[in-house]
Amino acid sequence: MEGLISLAVKAIFVENLALSFFLGMCTFIAVSKKISTAIGLGISVMIVQSITVPANNIILSYLLKPGALAWAGFPDIDLTFLGLISYIGVIAALVQILEMILDKYFPPLYNALGIFLPLITVNCAILGGSLFMVERDYNFSEATTYGIASGFGWALAIATMAGVREKLKYSDIPDGLQGLGITFITAGLMAMAFMCFSGVKL
Amino acid sequence: MSQTRKQLLTDPLVDNNPITLQVLGICSALAVTSSLNVAFVMSLAVIAVCGFSSLFISFLRHYIPNSIRIIVQMVIIASLVILVDQIIKAYAYEISKTLSVFVGLIITNCIVMGRAEAFAMKNKPFESFVDGVGNGLGYSLLLMSVGVIRELFGAGSLFGIMIFEPVSNGGWYVPNGLLLLPPSAFFIIGFIIWGVRTWKKSQVEAREYKIQTLEEH
Repeated sequence: MEGLISLAVKAIFVENLALSFFLGMCTFIAVSKKISTAIGLGISVMIVQSITVPANNIILSYLLKPGALAWAGFPDIDLTFLGLISYIGVIAALVQILEMILDKYFPPLYNALGIFLPLITVNCAILGGSLFMVERDYNFSEATTYGIASGFGWALAIATMAGVREKLKYSDIPDGLQGLGITFITAGLMAMAFMCFSGVKL
Repeated sequence: MSQTRKQLLTDPLVDNNPITLQVLGICSALAVTSSLNVAFVMSLAVIAVCGFSSLFISFLRHYIPNSIRIIVQMVIIASLVILVDQIIKAYAYEISKTLSVFVGLIITNCIVMGRAEAFAMKNKPFESFVDGVGNGLGYSLLLMSVGVIRELFGAGSLFGIMIFEPVSNGGWYVPNGLLLLPPSAFFIIGFIIWGVRTWKKSQVEAREYKIQTLEEH
């Protein structure tokens, strides 16, 4: 249990997907102009992330790993090279299913998140989460924790970024830095602030 | 015709750079630039994937049903990335370790998807290939310039070869450690964008709020 909590804290603050691995930057920069939309996107990322990372973990351990197909009578098969294509397939399919479920059963939530869901398929933070799970050899409970925590970390980063940008638009910035430029520099400052967490250990 | 092909290749370098203007594919641009070797391999990988995915998608463009085109594009791109990943693992194992997940993340690199969607679905195979390579080059150009700044001033070397002898080895150069850390990549790209937009005024974004001075009233 302690291990899981420290994993979660690490995934949220120290190894924040957005600010220390630069994942999901395209959407991070493009959709952080308003706090409300940023929070909506953040929540959708968190939901999708906490479903896809464990799902991909199951696929990895029962279908792809060397020896994982032993239950089907093929103990010698190693399918890890098919990893990338199956993870992205799972992500695309899950996003589509989630969209349909939300549309059918939770229309208000669908209307709030609807536009962001398709965007999430190509959000590197989602695929990145699954790939880190593979690289670090997480088991199922670790993968679940990591999925939820890293999604939360990303949501936290984009929400704070949107807060900063909402104030920033009133300031007098040189023409060339307007928009994209100043956003990058702000993100850099935030990344530096998040680096202060790197000493935190539980 | 050759004129337009040349334009397809050179436009994305500065005038329509995928990173500084279209805000695509930033994720990996920031993460892999702390050393030039790695940035170079990453650039080659992106150019290859971007060019060939555009080529194949353009070949298939009349056969891909519109409603499932995203998933078809995804599958083509993912297969190419797996190929590139296996090649890198076979011939440059050390670098593949440093690149870790970022080769896999080329799949979700918005440049590749963006070019497939915006150009390759509507144009002939050869033009699409050139366009894909051009955008890959535009990405590489930025990646390499960030890489040069970060490695030269952060570690005093280029491609792993010492240029500035650091103090720790008895030289004169005090390396700027910040440049090897993640945040510096944000600053460098921010400043590059500033530079490009001061040079090419047309890329400047409009202000949302105009600051008024008292005298103007």
